[in-house]
Amino acid sequence: MSDQSGQVPKTPRKLDLHRREMPKQEAAVRRRNFSEVALGYAAETAVEEARRCLQCKKPSCVNGCPVNINIPAFIHAIAEGDFQSGVRTLKRDNSLPSVCGRVCPQEDQCEKECVLVKRRGEVAIGRLERFLGDWEAAQGPAELPERAQPTGKKVAIVGGGPAGLTAAADLVKLGHEVVIYEALHKMGGVLSYGIPEFRLPKRIVDREVEYLRRLGVEMRTDFVVGKTRSVDRLLETFDAVFLATGAGLPWFMEMDGNNMNGVYSANEYLTRVNLMKASDFPRASTPIKPHKRVAVLGGGNVAMDCARTALRLGGEVMVLYRRSRVEMPARLEEIENAEEEGVIFRYLTLPIRTLGDEQHRVSGLECLRMELGEPDASGRRSPVKVPNSEFILPFDCVIHAIGNSPNPLIAATTPDLSISRKGTIVVDPETGKSSKERVWAGGDVASGAATVINAMGAGRRAAKSIHDYLCQPDGWNCEK
Amino acid sequence: MFQLLENKMLVPNLNLAVFKAPEVAAAAQPGQFVIIRPREDSERIPMTISDWDAQRGTISVVYMVVGKTTAELAGLAAGDSAATVVGPLGNPMELAHFGHVVCVGGCYGIASIYPIALALKALDNRVTVVIEARSATMLYWQKKLRSAADELIVITRDGTQGLPGHIDRLPGILAGLAEPADRVIINGCNYLMMRGAQATRPLGIRTIVSLNTLMIDGTGMCGVCRCTVAGTTKFACVDGPHFDGHEVDWDEIARRRQAYLGEEVQTLVSSRAERMSP
Repeated sequence: MSDQSGQVPKTPRKLDLHRREMPKQEAAVRRRNFSEVALGYAAETAVEEARRCLQCKKPSCVNGCPVNINIPAFIHAIAEGDFQSGVRTLKRDNSLPSVCGRVCPQEDQCEKECVLVKRRGEVAIGRLERFLGDWEAAQGPAELPERAQPTGKKVAIVGGGPAGLTAAADLVKLGHEVVIYEALHKMGGVLSYGIPEFRLPKRIVDREVEYLRRLGVEMRTDFVVGKTRSVDRLLETFDAVFLATGAGLPWFMEMDGNNMNGVYSANEYLTRVNLMKASDFPRASTPIKPHKRVAVLGGGNVAMDCARTALRLGGEVMVLYRRSRVEMPARLEEIENAEEEGVIFRYLTLPIRTLGDEQHRVSGLECLRMELGEPDASGRRSPVKVPNSEFILPFDCVIHAIGNSPNPLIAATTPDLSISRKGTIVVDPETGKSSKERVWAGGDVASGAATVINAMGAGRRAAKSIHDYLCQPDGWNCEK
Repeated sequence: MFQLLENKMLVPNLNLAVFKAPEVAAAAQPGQFVIIRPREDSERIPMTISDWDAQRGTISVVYMVVGKTTAELAGLAAGDSAATVVGPLGNPMELAHFGHVVCVGGCYGIASIYPIALALKALDNRVTVVIEARSATMLYWQKKLRSAADELIVITRDGTQGLPGHIDRLPGILAGLAEPADRVIINGCNYLMMRGAQATRPLGIRTIVSLNTLMIDGTGMCGVCRCTVAGTTKFACVDGPHFDGHEVDWDEIARRRQAYLGEEVQTLVSSRAERMSP
């Protein structure tokens, strides 16, 4: 499909200064399959796009990146056709480039800061990052970075998602012994159970996990810290513990009828399909109902993932959101993808009751119309109920995708751990240090539900703080 | 991977599986469960831990062979491994000195009530165990239960052992006890627990049931195990599985449990066809 050889055309065509588009599967085709939607740059296109970068002396894109990747440097390497050195630069700051290139909201981070934003389009940093990650994968097993001398220190990481994987990579490279404990049977956290195949193919997650294994990270799946073993027990055999358990407790909108058959949390719906492969039922054993008319409640990225998954399972799908399109928190790219694929959006609509048939299966939603009032604390215009505007929409499935909070399991079983009113673990934002001796936390469990890259940034900061701590007592001989 | 040390039929349709799972065995408490995934492509299904040996690092579950996943588990031999045995999950059964506790078990609940009876006995309770089955041939673990209880009462539907009848004999049994029951604990299918709880409600005896719901992760992440107890929604996996049987919305439990009945039959039929094709 794409030229992966790394060969750069000797004579570049007349310079086209527009941002390069990335090919996608046609909407009419992709709406019925689970293959990846975006197809990635060919090498030639990547080089062309990289050459658009002005190589700013003071690159503002780097400040926009939660892990401060040296963006101009890796883009320069692509422009020169030296993809291997681009990969090395990238991986110094980001161990999961193929993941971040796909799921980071670049338009709100690095690309937002690009000086070309208003001049033929910002440099497509995310697409270039993805290109390098995928190019590396196509070359065979990834090159392993050097590992520092073993320090003899042991770190337990609780949770195998983005924060945990990032911290594990950093700590193992620094010479520490690292064990990741994962509750599910598969590593990856939200990358495995949450984000659908068509947005993040699972082979990419598997490959990144395999890379960490080769680096020497030990992984224990099917292990629920807080149940199988407590944090206090882990502290008996580990020098430090990093809690990265994510935001896994699903919220449901407060209304009657939530326990009828056909009502799902986004977590359940996505886990059935992504982790348990219910889209392959009955070849895979875990079923999902072939619902005909699906309502998705919420307007974030998870809502888009649910809507587009339900569409691919053959349903007619409507997203109900109480504000209007501009206030939707999902990435614009995902909203557009969903629209192209045929997801119907019904704005200014608030579901107030789930209706059911005589067997308590979902038959519809009673809703209220809303209108936009004054801006609220988030700066978005707040939705106001229109009196007597009740109406009914028919559905046989309702998916609640309005958010998650941290799973209380660890909080409930770990004394001396300070927990906020929202259920998040209280940490020092600079270091990830919790209130408990030798325990750090980061990612969604500390921040509340956020993005993959923010969790990775937190994993990185915590790893640095843990390393500093482990090196401290009686002048421990670590490489700083 | 979790090795099976034993996997055999106890009585028709009920099997005992013993797994090597040292971490689970070290942490297990009465009333907790594990999520088992027999093969890589299997469903994740919850099963109560019915016995364990922390020293040997083993746990036992008793399961009914009903669908594709339990058939897959039954198809494994001693020496084979299951893809997942994770736990112990859920809250332990509330244990204290209550006085006289009547432990009721039916089906796989005959096994899961055993560690509870044993622990209650160790806390100086008088323990009466009542077990219920279709016929004497469907009873098992009677010796173990007798050792854990002050008295063992048996009910069989066909009267081949003990009292003839079914769980509706419970009020009569409770009325006939020399010492009145302070608490009733019921383990078994949802129907048995519902009927049992209905029987004790007019007597005002606190009755604890251990709900069987669908589950995926078993750690509070998916919410498929939602149930209504005392008018509020609970997650059976992390808030339970033990609840006040008089406060449970049993109709909802039955409906949610059967949400995928059609699919369960479909997958069973297709897996049988697969096995029978050359």
